[in-house]
Amino acid sequence: MGRMNFRAAVFAVLLSPVIVFGQGPEREAGSVSGNLQMLWQSYSEDALIGAIVPPEKSGFNAFGNLIYQQGGFSAGMRYESYLNAVLGFPGRFKGSGIGYRYARYADPSGKIDFTLGNFYEQFGSGMILRSYEERALGIDNALDGVRLIIRPIEGIEMKALYGRQRLDFDSRLINGPGIVRAVDGTIDMNGLFANRGGYDWKTKISLGASFVSKFQEGGTISKDSLILLLPENIGAWSYRLDLQRSGWSAGLEYSGKVNDPNADNGYTYRNGEALLFNLGYTRRGLGFSFNAKTVDNMSFRSDRNVLLFDLPINYIPAITQQHTYNLAATLYPYATVISGESSASAELFYNIPKGSLIGGKYGTTVSMNFAAANGLDTTQLSGEDELVYGYERNSWGFGPSKFVRDFNVQISRKVSKKFKWKYTYYNLEFNTLATPVTTTFKGIVYADIHVLETQIRTRKRQSLRTEFQALFTEQDKGDWATVLAEYTWSPHWFLSVVDQYNFGNSNSNSRVHYLFGAVGRIDGPHRLSIGYGKRREGIFCIGGVCRAVPASNGFEVNFTSSF
Amino acid sequence: MKTQILHGGLTLTLIAAFTTCSWAQTLPTVQLKNMAGEAISTGDLVTAGSPTLICFWATWCSPCKRELNNYAELYEDWQDETGVRIVAVSIDDQRSIRRVAPYVNSVLWDYDVLLDPNKDFARAMQVVNVPHTFLVNGEGEIVWQHNNYSDGDEEEVYEQLLKWAE
Repeated sequence: MGRMNFRAAVFAVLLSPVIVFGQGPEREAGSVSGNLQMLWQSYSEDALIGAIVPPEKSGFNAFGNLIYQQGGFSAGMRYESYLNAVLGFPGRFKGSGIGYRYARYADPSGKIDFTLGNFYEQFGSGMILRSYEERALGIDNALDGVRLIIRPIEGIEMKALYGRQRLDFDSRLINGPGIVRAVDGTIDMNGLFANRGGYDWKTKISLGASFVSKFQEGGTISKDSLILLLPENIGAWSYRLDLQRSGWSAGLEYSGKVNDPNADNGYTYRNGEALLFNLGYTRRGLGFSFNAKTVDNMSFRSDRNVLLFDLPINYIPAITQQHTYNLAATLYPYATVISGESSASAELFYNIPKGSLIGGKYGTTVSMNFAAANGLDTTQLSGEDELVYGYERNSWGFGPSKFVRDFNVQISRKVSKKFKWKYTYYNLEFNTLATPVTTTFKGIVYADIHVLETQIRTRKRQSLRTEFQALFTEQDKGDWATVLAEYTWSPHWFLSVVDQYNFGNSNSNSRVHYLFGAVGRIDGPHRLSIGYGKRREGIFCIGGVCRAVPASNGFEVNFTSSF
Repeated sequence: MKTQILHGGLTLTLIAAFTTCSWAQTLPTVQLKNMAGEAISTGDLVTAGSPTLICFWATWCSPCKRELNNYAELYEDWQDETGVRIVAVSIDDQRSIRRVAPYVNSVLWDYDVLLDPNKDFARAMQVVNVPHTFLVNGEGEIVWQHNNYSDGDEEEVYEQLLKWAE
């Protein structure tokens, strides 16, 4: 009964703004919006590609979001179903229920913004705090608690939050054991000094600082003869500076973390550190950027004993570009080595003007990207020090162990109103020991990838797009080819066929075709697609995040809608 | 007993709230930044009396880039005829956010570009995947949307723009 009372009281508090604002003199009409996503897959056995059939023979995921908004008040929830979860999703997600709910008041002036319940948040670049979702990958570390954002005067933003993080779903949201407490402040100097000409300063300056602390009950661990106490409160901090001036931009961020023995670092007591730098220049027709990043022991989770996608408090994205073409994107996608890496990347975009000799009638766009990451430059400690601290870092620079090299160049050209093409070349060196994306090869994969994409407008509102991709390598599974053809009837229909063929596999029995066809209809915000075929085991990425999916064979029905 | 009263009251409040609410989605207010690092409130995007096209995209999303590149060739004409303003909202996260400005400049877009790295605005707009395009009328109401892009969709967009331009 006491529990029920408490729940009712919480709900009353959550909903009280509805009542209060509903009674205001300037009564604003509320609005409701929502969306729905459903994914159904059937499974047939295919020993050749390693596709297995779970006992339930099919997988079903569904999500429905609902947001009620009235003036500055909003309340929302997400209903989730995993009956059972489709393959590739965290298999422990089970049942149906509410996995996310919140009430929020954001004053229209922007000065006050508070949330009770679940929320997503990012401080600065996310180096010490980012809660986010990639629903299609099953990734979600939403915080559940209270968040307050205050913008007291122009140019100043302060955030404070308390919460626990989403870990699991079993007919309801299940949070992890640790508590996350955090504050962040940002000063936009131009806004702050607006009345002293700040807006007009040629240089835009923004400063920020964050502090994040987690609490988890401690205990002891033993290493050889040592019995070590596990710290219960672990703090991390970050300082950032961003500058912009007439096309130039520069950013610097430094983060640190006190000793945090956890499963990622082998329960060592070394402090964590990270340094980020970026420099860019851009003007019409041209863009250049340089990024450098060293992260050392910055795995930060609200449960010291979990790994992979569970309960990360921070987000450390990979230095390499997120590729879009299937062979480049899904066979060897790089992910940050969370225990530590030094990395750098440079990129150039250029538009060869239209009408010029090389630019052609419509202009030509060229881009080049190079990214490199190595292990840290460290010295291994010895004896007891090694057990407790592991290693010592000598510099922020590259260590001897190569993790990845990724060079790519892309040329994109429109030939006529009806015909466009795009060619991309990739040169890749990928250490599968650093990022274990394959079980069939350990070491460095050297690969060349060529992709030619064409697009032809066949008739009014109809178009044919094709992709011809080839990946050549002596290592791992050898050479691959992908052919894709997609025909669209705007604005309602599409038909696509894709075949991936492992033609260069040294084992001739494994030279398999993965053929997949799909047809779909779009009606404004509603989209239905039905596909059938084989899906290769591989890495499925959305945005900056990737997850491994197993091979499967069968039907797939996808429906999304929003209103 | 107290609980029952509370639950009853809450249910009534909810029913009251939902019966007085409209089902037309209005533009939610979220604080974002543009490529120059300036704070922009999404509530200020709408120009009274003119339509606004809000396109969610990302540098890693090919159909999104095709869509916005195709609109770019028509944008001047659209602006003259309908007064439309195109706002391209990038959902690139920290991994690729630094690519947005160089890319936008290399393809010569004249759109207002906003950065939504943690998808706060996308979530408030019920965006499931990109590209997702919304047409907002001069009163800030979402009057049309499309979740996908195929070559030729710009013709439907143009028809909608003509319909909603005053």
